[in-house]
Amino acid sequence: MKELHYDVLIIGAGAGGLAAAVEVSKHDTSCALVERESHLGGILVQCIHNGFGLEEFKEELTGPEFADRQVQQVLASNVDVYTDTTVTQLDADGDLKEAYCFSPAYGVLKITAHAVILAMGCRERNRGNIRTPGTRPAGVYTAGLAQRLVNIEGYIPGKDVVIVGSGDIGLIMARRMTWVGAKVHAVIEIQPYPSGLTRNIVQCLNDFDIPLYLSHVVSRIEGKDRIEKVRVCPLANGIPDEDNSFDIPCDTLLLSVGLVPENELSKEAGVQINPQTNGALVDATMMTSVDGVFSCGNVLHVHDLADWVAEEARRTGRYAVAYLRDERPKRQIRIKAGANVRYINPTMLDPDNPDKLYFRSLIVKNQAKLHLKLDHNPVKEVKISHVQPSEMLHVKVKPKDVASWNIMKDSVLEVSVE
Amino acid sequence: MSRQEPIQEMICISCPLGCHLSLYKNDKDELSVTGNKCARGIVYAEEEFYAPKRIVTCTCRAESRILPRLPVRTNASLPKEHINDLIKAAYAMTVKPPVACGQVLIEDFKGTGVNLIASMSLGDGH
Amino acid sequence: MASTDKPAARVDVAIIGAGLSGSCIARQLSAYEIDTVLLEKECDVSMGVSRANSGIVHGGFHHNLKYLKSKLEIRGNLMYDRLQRELDFPFKRCGILVVALNEEEMKHIDHLYTQGLENGAIGIEMCSRERMFELEPKLNSDCVGGLHAPGGGVLEPYRFVFSVIESAQKNGVEVLTNFAVERAERSNGHYRIHAADGRTVEARYVVNAAGLFADSVSRIFGAEEFKVTPRKGEYYLLDRATEAGPQRVLFPVPTKVSKGMLVIPTVEGTVLIGPTAEEIEDKEDLSTNAEQLGQILDQARKMVPKVSQTDVITAFSGLRPAVGDGDFYIDISKKAPNFIQVAGIQSPGLTAAPAIGEYVKDLLKKAGCKLSEKADWDPFISKLPRIRDLSPYEADELVSDNPGYANVVCRCEKISEAEIVEAIRRGHTTLDVVKYFTRAGMGRCQAGFCSYKVFKLLMRETGMSYKDIRKRGAGTEVLQDAL
Repeated sequence: MKELHYDVLIIGAGAGGLAAAVEVSKHDTSCALVERESHLGGILVQCIHNGFGLEEFKEELTGPEFADRQVQQVLASNVDVYTDTTVTQLDADGDLKEAYCFSPAYGVLKITAHAVILAMGCRERNRGNIRTPGTRPAGVYTAGLAQRLVNIEGYIPGKDVVIVGSGDIGLIMARRMTWVGAKVHAVIEIQPYPSGLTRNIVQCLNDFDIPLYLSHVVSRIEGKDRIEKVRVCPLANGIPDEDNSFDIPCDTLLLSVGLVPENELSKEAGVQINPQTNGALVDATMMTSVDGVFSCGNVLHVHDLADWVAEEARRTGRYAVAYLRDERPKRQIRIKAGANVRYINPTMLDPDNPDKLYFRSLIVKNQAKLHLKLDHNPVKEVKISHVQPSEMLHVKVKPKDVASWNIMKDSVLEVSVE
Repeated sequence: MSRQEPIQEMICISCPLGCHLSLYKNDKDELSVTGNKCARGIVYAEEEFYAPKRIVTCTCRAESRILPRLPVRTNASLPKEHINDLIKAAYAMTVKPPVACGQVLIEDFKGTGVNLIASMSLGDGH
Repeated sequence: MASTDKPAARVDVAIIGAGLSGSCIARQLSAYEIDTVLLEKECDVSMGVSRANSGIVHGGFHHNLKYLKSKLEIRGNLMYDRLQRELDFPFKRCGILVVALNEEEMKHIDHLYTQGLENGAIGIEMCSRERMFELEPKLNSDCVGGLHAPGGGVLEPYRFVFSVIESAQKNGVEVLTNFAVERAERSNGHYRIHAADGRTVEARYVVNAAGLFADSVSRIFGAEEFKVTPRKGEYYLLDRATEAGPQRVLFPVPTKVSKGMLVIPTVEGTVLIGPTAEEIEDKEDLSTNAEQLGQILDQARKMVPKVSQTDVITAFSGLRPAVGDGDFYIDISKKAPNFIQVAGIQSPGLTAAPAIGEYVKDLLKKAGCKLSEKADWDPFISKLPRIRDLSPYEADELVSDNPGYANVVCRCEKISEAEIVEAIRRGHTTLDVVKYFTRAGMGRCQAGFCSYKVFKLLMRETGMSYKDIRKRGAGTEVLQDAL
């Protein structure tokens, strides 16, 4: 078995892994970037629509363009890239982490490293996860799989489409399927509000007169061989109202019903998971419960924007390098999700080096306020014009904020939205 | 003006805020806009009212072992009435590597001044 | 499934139905100097009742020995260890627990224990509450005691069928798929059997192992009139990462009509919960239903409170072919000559299947079929490497010969390209059967990531067009057009 050694091993070469790799390589540090697909860029490559890069590159790009820029940076660096390579096992107990990687080009590789950055991304929730009853015909796809088939392989799954879920992937696929000649009959959303960006409602649904059914679910899939129709059922006070359900004939059902960070490898390596995010619990330096193992991007928590993934990953790369140099925070305080906040990431703050916090609201509200309280005392307040659960929010804690805080050893910073 | 019915309502897509805009016309046929939180809303509303445009993203065939489709896009917003024709033209086209990201594949589509460009690089090795 | 098209073969025995019973009968007969053909109406084997059931080798205490099914269950159970050595299919004698949640139920445990003892179930024991928690710490704290049958186990029924059929084929049995028996006539001591597509087979003896459709096959041959009633069982499959996975198969105390809903640690590491039991009319109705599915989680949680709906990765249903009083109907036909009925094979059909093979062989002998043993019968099939069962070092050894073993196609279940190619080369060319054969797509993402890779491998290996990629048979094409 071939064995290789690096300072840092990064698992996954999507928006996160690529950004982390570029950052790590800037610090005279050897780095292996392992990617299971044949291309770099991960899911970005199949997201051929625009809307990426406004923060990261200050211009509006498509997914492949965003990835292309990151890839050029990686290829210009000293990072060793392994594509078509799947990490099947990560032993991370000791100082030297060992990853077993399957690669048709090299056979089974053992890569050892002092620090590991997990950047494996997420997977789509599927029919089983939302437990939709009915038959099990051909023609039921997750939206991301359909996107891959259409955009990369050039295949069209079907011509009469219903989409479940109004997240951005579902909306983007509504337009994409229309542009390959399919008829999209409806988008069905369980929530009373759309999950995707308003601009996508306009340019992906309204432009094509595709109806959006809010507070509705697909309660049954029918068709013996190929899907023939779905039963669509309105929710009355959150409960399916079968009496008012109706059928929509279709030959294809696309499911855009959420993403789940893919942490099976992390769990096997002993990484503690936050049940709120399905991602790792990380400290102020994005380090997981396993010493020397870091996590960032969609494997840590599902982000709305690739730009934010890249930003978070760059910080993570920097922290991983600092870890190698034994530069660890002198102190960290716990961050707690307070009223109306679903989760906050990371869950620790280094008062000597405060940084950006990402969080999600539990409520829908205009003119909301974000409150930071240290040991119950208000320490910072930020106005936010609009909050809703499907939109990730962030706040930057600055050194000048912290300067006036009275920080104790067991202080807790609480983040709440009102 | 407050009593007047808007001639059209729309949602601004210039940024993720998604302002709900109302468009009004006065006696002189001049357009006015309310509901916008910034100046881009006014520009968007006027454009959307007189000549709606969209960025178009799709793919064309690539003679490549790894990626059979090359993602492409317009370099600027294209008048809506030309979108279907542009997509047809893209689907009918085959490109040979190498292709550079940003390379112009169709220039000045139907005199609109809008180009169709590659939105990914395909190297010789692909 | 590879299938020969040559017409009008004349054989000694034609078995109709390539499910568990049919395949075990075929393999049994492959040990003798006779020509046997196995006829299957679907595009591949194990597509009916045998595809979707609980996958349990039962412990021998559920049924009274007066039933044929009970005798065959006991015998079949004992045959599995040897079969596993010969046929390389995943099987684990993990044991079975019947969970009593109150003293009333404990009385029933007593009855099951006595019945198990009479049946000769090996190692069966009555358990105190303490013993139950020692055996299964995840049980509901309401458990008051139960029954432990260490001889019970789990396997994947379709994988078992694939192995049994491969062995039968290796020893000369011919398998014809897409062969839907439409009519048959008898002359000169032979049945001439016609398929819907025009192919014919002539056979001296016919075995009716047609599962849900055994009643119509019986009618076609002028044999006994009976009715197969489909009983639908719905299941949820839970992610292997669930915290609800028990060490042993957990049964509730059975009712008069069914063995109840179980929590099953599958042999491959996932957890299966169910089945429901509902009599239906349509033999092709494999749909799941909200009301039925709703019961499953509730019932499973009564035994294992940690069962969570967030662990569900898919739902499915299977049909059980019930006939008459619920016993197996395996006999020489009294109306049609040289015709053997193998009908009503519901639970414990999987456990009994190997014994059904033997039993039917004896019935054929009784009916006059001359059986002399083959000198060169080889009970073994070659073992297929699966990277998920290997250490990285062992896997690396395989790679020098075949780099496909180092290409992980299905990340959730760790299935390599080489394993998928092997399935395709064995003639399994539909997505569902590639899945059943290899497990690619059976994990938590439910083929969200690997589907397109399997599409490409199917096209590369068989030369088929994208339009011919099917989930199952005709009509289940997955891609409708290309740009």
